[in-house]
Amino acid sequence: MSLCPELSFNVDHGYLEGLVRGLKAGILTRSDYHNLAQCDTLEDMKLHLQSTDYGSLLTAGNEDLTVSLLDNRLKGTILTEFRCLRAHSLPPLSTFLDYITYSYMIDNVVLLITGALKHRDVEELLPRCHPLGTFDQMAAVGIARTHAELYSAILVDTPLAPFFQDAVSEANLDEMGAEIMRNKLYKAYLEAFYAFCWERGGATRDIMCPILEFEADRRSFIITVNSFGTDLSGGDRRALYPSCGRLYPEGLQLLARAEDHEQVKAVAEYYPDYKLIFSDTEDGSSRTLEDRFFEQEVHLNTLAFLDQFHLGVFYSYIKLKEQEARNIVWIAECVTQRQKSKIDNYIPIF
Amino acid sequence: MYLLILQFSDKFFYSSTACTVLSRTLMHPTHADNYENVSIIFILHWWCFSGICYTIFDLGFRFDVAWFLTETSPFMWANLGIGLAISLSVVGAAWGIYITGSSIIGGGVKAPRIKTKNLVSIIFCEAVAIYGIIMAIVISNMAENFSGTTPETIGARNYQAGYSMFGAGLTVGFSNLFCGICVGIVGSGAALADAQNGSLFVKILIVEIFGSAIGLFGVIVAILQTSKVKMGD
Repeated sequence: MSLCPELSFNVDHGYLEGLVRGLKAGILTRSDYHNLAQCDTLEDMKLHLQSTDYGSLLTAGNEDLTVSLLDNRLKGTILTEFRCLRAHSLPPLSTFLDYITYSYMIDNVVLLITGALKHRDVEELLPRCHPLGTFDQMAAVGIARTHAELYSAILVDTPLAPFFQDAVSEANLDEMGAEIMRNKLYKAYLEAFYAFCWERGGATRDIMCPILEFEADRRSFIITVNSFGTDLSGGDRRALYPSCGRLYPEGLQLLARAEDHEQVKAVAEYYPDYKLIFSDTEDGSSRTLEDRFFEQEVHLNTLAFLDQFHLGVFYSYIKLKEQEARNIVWIAECVTQRQKSKIDNYIPIF
Repeated sequence: MYLLILQFSDKFFYSSTACTVLSRTLMHPTHADNYENVSIIFILHWWCFSGICYTIFDLGFRFDVAWFLTETSPFMWANLGIGLAISLSVVGAAWGIYITGSSIIGGGVKAPRIKTKNLVSIIFCEAVAIYGIIMAIVISNMAENFSGTTPETIGARNYQAGYSMFGAGLTVGFSNLFCGICVGIVGSGAALADAQNGSLFVKILIVEIFGSAIGLFGVIVAILQTSKVKMGD
């Protein structure tokens, strides 16, 4: 049956795939963004959003209409939809959806640890955690003082336990240690997710593995660029690079030795996709490196909808919905701060 | 004693074949991966063992195809054909219907307009089961009593009738099986495409029509196979 996924995919996942494709049809198009960009106030935006799939998202309740309210409501929609999909899913889709939540769990763990280091109250930090990445022992994370304690006392029961092999060390948790732990956890998580998608085979592998390879390479580039000017040496950096990308192994070796932006750009020259991302644009638009990475990610995610009977549509839908939330919040910020010149820096999806 | 071993080896041979077939079709794909390698190796070893034993002990005459074909009654072949005609057709129709049906239900949540139009795909799959039952009735009407008990008295015409009915059943059964699956997969794509863009449905329906034609080909060939059948004295 693994040779012919069309024959057995619909038994367990047919309804959910149909549902996700229906939800995908509600993703805002270029004309919707154009309308939103023409708005002068948040009230106008609310009016325009009512005619899209969002409906009465902003009209419900009687809180003041601010950008942060908009942000929360958008994230709330993504959360509801994800929980609905996860509740109805069967293995292997349920494992796949769980893998998507692990990245948010890692971010939550690091947020709680850094908050605890700054002696912030756990009650204050919990609402700032990403809701998709909740796990039972979240409140207890702030108590740990070393990596080993964190692992053995708290995280061993969570789904993040298998990713802790590399990250456990006896060093005390400090700001830098938390960041290094985040990157090591993320590396282990990405490689496990990649292996899972590779094992599925077929269209899932063809869609998801390029997306995850790009994610791995993007992390490697961002880690390198961010480490210039800190005391993170090349050898330490190499331990943080995920090895499931296209840069592995030669590109990662070159990146570990890179010392400034020019050398990173030289490494990117070897790979046509990344050369394009790092090249200077002709029209001098103010797209940052992060924006260009987001653009490429959106492009790869839209490819998932061209194929049927695979699990990639679920991952791509969540990521595109997040990008849409970022776009709407960007437009809302530009509208409220009256910076209309930068309003077109959103990334159109369809 | 050697004869005892050989008698049991036949039974193990059939049971190990059944084991592999069952493990491949009934078990969840990931579990079956562990079992099918073991079963295949088991079968191959028993075949070799049986074959070598038969050769060594000069009992090769027991593997007698002519005896098998003449001693089995034409009625067995006829009824197998009837059974396969209807059962494989129904498997194909059911497979196609569930593939299409789950996609229609999923797509119909956000685009309710697709619900009525896409029932046409289900009807195409159902037609495959109807072909199967028609052929089963046609073939079963050809089975008549004959009063022979030995290969000579049964006569060549009755044997031919039995084999024709079996062949016709196989033809219509397998062609409807694959036709049903094909229409189901295409219908699922049609439902999801219709949910995104309403003008696509009619175009994909043309692909489905071609897919359902292959079931009809099986019925035509089966009718031709059984056209010369005359069972009886």
